[in-house]
Amino acid sequence: MKPAPFRYVRPQTREEGLEALARYGEDAKVLAGGQSLVPLMNLRLARPKVLVDINRIPALGILERRDGELVLGALVRHRQLEGDPRVWEACPILSRAAACIGYPAIRNRGTVGGSLAHADPAAELGCVLLATGAVVVLESSRGRREVRIEDLFVGPYTTCIRPDELLVEVRIPAWREGTRWGFAEFTRHEGGFALALAACVVHLDGEGKVTSARVAVGGVSPLPVRLPEAEKSLRGAGLSKEGIAQAAACALSLEDYDDVHAPAWHRRQLGRWLLLQALQQAAGGGS
Amino acid sequence: MRDRISIALQVNGKPYRLEVEPRRLLADVLRRDLGFTGVHLGCEHGVCGACTVLLDGELVRSCLMFAVQADGCEILTVEGLNASGDLHPIQRAFIEEFGFQCGFCTPGMILAAYRLLQERPRPSAEEIRRALAGNLCRCTGYADILRSVQRAAVLLAEAEETRAP
Ligand SMILES: Cc1cc2nc3c(=O)[nH]c(=O)nc-3n(C[C@H](O)[C@H](O)[C@H](O)COP(=O)(O)OP(=O)(O)OC[C@H]3O[C@@H](n4cnc5c(N)ncnc54)[C@H](O)[C@@H]3O)c2cc1C
Ligand code: FES
Ligand code: FES
Repeated sequence: MKPAPFRYVRPQTREEGLEALARYGEDAKVLAGGQSLVPLMNLRLARPKVLVDINRIPALGILERRDGELVLGALVRHRQLEGDPRVWEACPILSRAAACIGYPAIRNRGTVGGSLAHADPAAELGCVLLATGAVVVLESSRGRREVRIEDLFVGPYTTCIRPDELLVEVRIPAWREGTRWGFAEFTRHEGGFALALAACVVHLDGEGKVTSARVAVGGVSPLPVRLPEAEKSLRGAGLSKEGIAQAAACALSLEDYDDVHAPAWHRRQLGRWLLLQALQQAAGGGS
Repeated sequence: MRDRISIALQVNGKPYRLEVEPRRLLADVLRRDLGFTGVHLGCEHGVCGACTVLLDGELVRSCLMFAVQADGCEILTVEGLNASGDLHPIQRAFIEEFGFQCGFCTPGMILAAYRLLQERPRPSAEEIRRALAGNLCRCTGYADILRSVQRAAVLLAEAEETRAP
């Protein structure tokens, strides 16, 4: 099948892009990497009347360290996250996770903004950014707002981004001394979509005590989620063998989610097992 | 609604100017309007890799891009590899090692191998598997394809040597 006709606009600046979204409202869709939107259009599951192609807006492609943060423009491609030394240095879990997204041809086009806006429950970036405490910047011609990544996701394939809003950048606190991390996912074949995945970022003080922990799981619930219970138990018990097992078991109490690929009980067991692996990596000093 | 947009493409080293409806996929424009029938369409949703081409030197799925997005870009299709008339060493390797049966997946496999060998002239078997994981072969000739890419690495190294003084 082929996409239904649409009107194509290609803004050159952020302002032009926001203007187009304001003008066409619900009729318009942003086109970023196209790796999720175009398949839907090819199958005619999506029939936007207007496509606003943001690929020629240079300001959306920034990747920089700024005031202790790593700032990623919406158009930063998965391939850049995978290979850029600044990302490896400031937030290695992001590079590690990006390398697991689909295949090289997909990573060359797919973008940070597109992955977050598409909000697949098992997408790598959503889950990992939950563990890093990222903030997402949304802009419209009405103004600008910043939302915590945990407030971005509302349900499967659903976010709080309004039709006239553009996700312009993601800001991630750069890592400090004593940061440990882990990432694990289960796929049925090389490069395939994860059935479930887990990520953790843990800070240890000089004595090896956990001062803060962020733990996230994807693919187990209808949206990627943080596990506050697991984080609490890590702060108490630390990265000991028992502490890790106790924290990982929190994945078993997640909300039901099943689809054709796996029933809920299987996803929860996978979540526990993957979280165990991610936490073991963190305990071992990184990954 | 049915507006047409004028675009310029450089395909396999030759410039083209054409008018396209925005909804036309890059794959269809390459195949139908420009006659590069080595661009195969299997799934049209990014899964099979048969439509893979190089866009400004990087692998992309031409079924997941609109031709208007490629305006001003340089494209390499499998036809571009033997533009001089001789088979490219990777093409020869696929023939020598029986790397294809029906040939449907072959253009995508060859271009993915081409890009891999540019980055890593002597890839390990594992690296080859990873690089080609996004290309499906419905004849399931994967073992021969893997051998073909290994052979291609050798042929390319030899070609490199004979060129050196
Ligand atoms: C074969 C295949 C395998 C894949 N495997 C994986 C995988 O393993 N893991 C994974 O996470 N993903 C995977 N993907 C999806 C891929 O990573 C996409 O890149 C990503 O989900 C969407 O990003 P995009 O830039 O391509 O967005 P697009 O497809 O352009 O857009 C997706 C949605 O987001 C909206 N949007 C895009 N950018 C913005 C913005 N800046 N502001 C507001 N809205 C915006 C669009 O309007 C659209 O609704 C796969 C895709 C394919 C085809
Ligand atoms: S036709 Fe493009 S990936 Fe299958
Ligand atoms: S040779 Fe037939 S699809 Fe691969």
